[in-house]
Amino acid sequence: MNKVVENANEAIKGISDGMTVMLGGFGLCGIPENSINALVKSGLKNLTCISNNAGVDDFGIGLMLQGKQVKKMISSYVGENAEFERQLLSGELEVELLPQGTLAERCRAAGAGIPAFFTPAGFGTEVAEGKEVREFNGKHYIMEQAFDSDFAIVKAWKGDTDGNLIFKATSRNFNPLMAMAGKITIAEVEELVEPGELDPNFIHTPGIFVNRIFKGVNYEKRIEQTTTI
Amino acid sequence: MLNKEQIAERIAKELQDGFYVNLGIGIPTLVANYIPTGVSVTLQSENGLLGMGPFPTLENVDADLINAGKQTITTLPGSSFFDSAISFAMIRSGRVDLTVLGAMEVNDKGDIANWKIPGKMVKGMGGAMDLVASAKNIIVAMQHTNRAGESKLLKELSLPVTGLGCVKKVVSNLGVFEITERGFELKERAPGVSVEEIQNSTEGRLVVEGDIPEMVFD
Repeated sequence: MNKVVENANEAIKGISDGMTVMLGGFGLCGIPENSINALVKSGLKNLTCISNNAGVDDFGIGLMLQGKQVKKMISSYVGENAEFERQLLSGELEVELLPQGTLAERCRAAGAGIPAFFTPAGFGTEVAEGKEVREFNGKHYIMEQAFDSDFAIVKAWKGDTDGNLIFKATSRNFNPLMAMAGKITIAEVEELVEPGELDPNFIHTPGIFVNRIFKGVNYEKRIEQTTTI
Repeated sequence: MLNKEQIAERIAKELQDGFYVNLGIGIPTLVANYIPTGVSVTLQSENGLLGMGPFPTLENVDADLINAGKQTITTLPGSSFFDSAISFAMIRSGRVDLTVLGAMEVNDKGDIANWKIPGKMVKGMGGAMDLVASAKNIIVAMQHTNRAGESKLLKELSLPVTGLGCVKKVVSNLGVFEITERGFELKERAPGVSVEEIQNSTEGRLVVEGDIPEMVFD
């Protein structure tokens, strides 16, 4: 089975209007830049995007928002994006905000064959509205369900042609979880090598979770806040 | 009255040797600059790092190495990286000893609001809801009043709640308060701030017992 595709345009084939797509990354760290650019060029509409953040105005998912490609955003924090906030407050964009740990666990559950779980995060808040509440050992928990996503797109540091992935530093974040969670998972990597070249002891995402892989190009890796001593 | 740096400095006195600590964005981040001598703590950044170090030099800036505030950082010897599910596993299972957060409002029952102003500002809760739902010890760093001079230490929250009954202590620009079933118990005053000023600036139930000492900075 050949998982390797030529580029981002090839990788996103099959994504169509109205689908749900997960995108890895935290802020702009570890986002699948090549695939996002391909999605922007594709002109796809009415997408539901699951991603911790929504990029910034002129980079990452922010570019998809500028193009009004996103119908609904499922995120935990969107503070860095003025266009996002404008579309949200004006009602153009549907948004579901979730606690970050819940967002992560709903990805993990989807990839682990677990349909739902109970978490204390959000009990007594707007997040709990319409969700089942149960008490375990005297503490309240709300039921959260696994995500159902057509595609997941992740960015790794190194990958092999079998789809095994290794992430670098804090660019790991949501990427391994989303890699498990898509019906079809696309991985873009900085270095693509042959099987056997990555030490099996240090694989973060086993290749079984990855359907398509390609070597990304021209990574900008924009930094939101360059802080130095 | 305390400035932001002094609020952070005062909170740093709460750190104990061996603590795993999560610092929120804003004033809480500054706490790392005042870790007392002889106290060793491990900073957790919820985007996936345990053992966060200081900011890098310009030549060591790495776009793949940031903290939860999206600032470039470094690691310390003994640090580890992990994914977001593992990160919140640590948080929800109570392994983080101390969490320091900012707040828009806190009430005298320890409820906190810090993620949304309906119709005006929606940034999202990030990791705050997970942290407040599970952390053993939460200290809030905040300004005592808003720009109009109205108290942010309240009887009832006016903003959407982030978590219920979770805040143990508030360090504001006016003083240090422990939250108990009796309300905000005033423990220390900021230098030059009178008990009366604090009473006038606090809408929630305030408990003042005996002489309230003024904070001492080294």
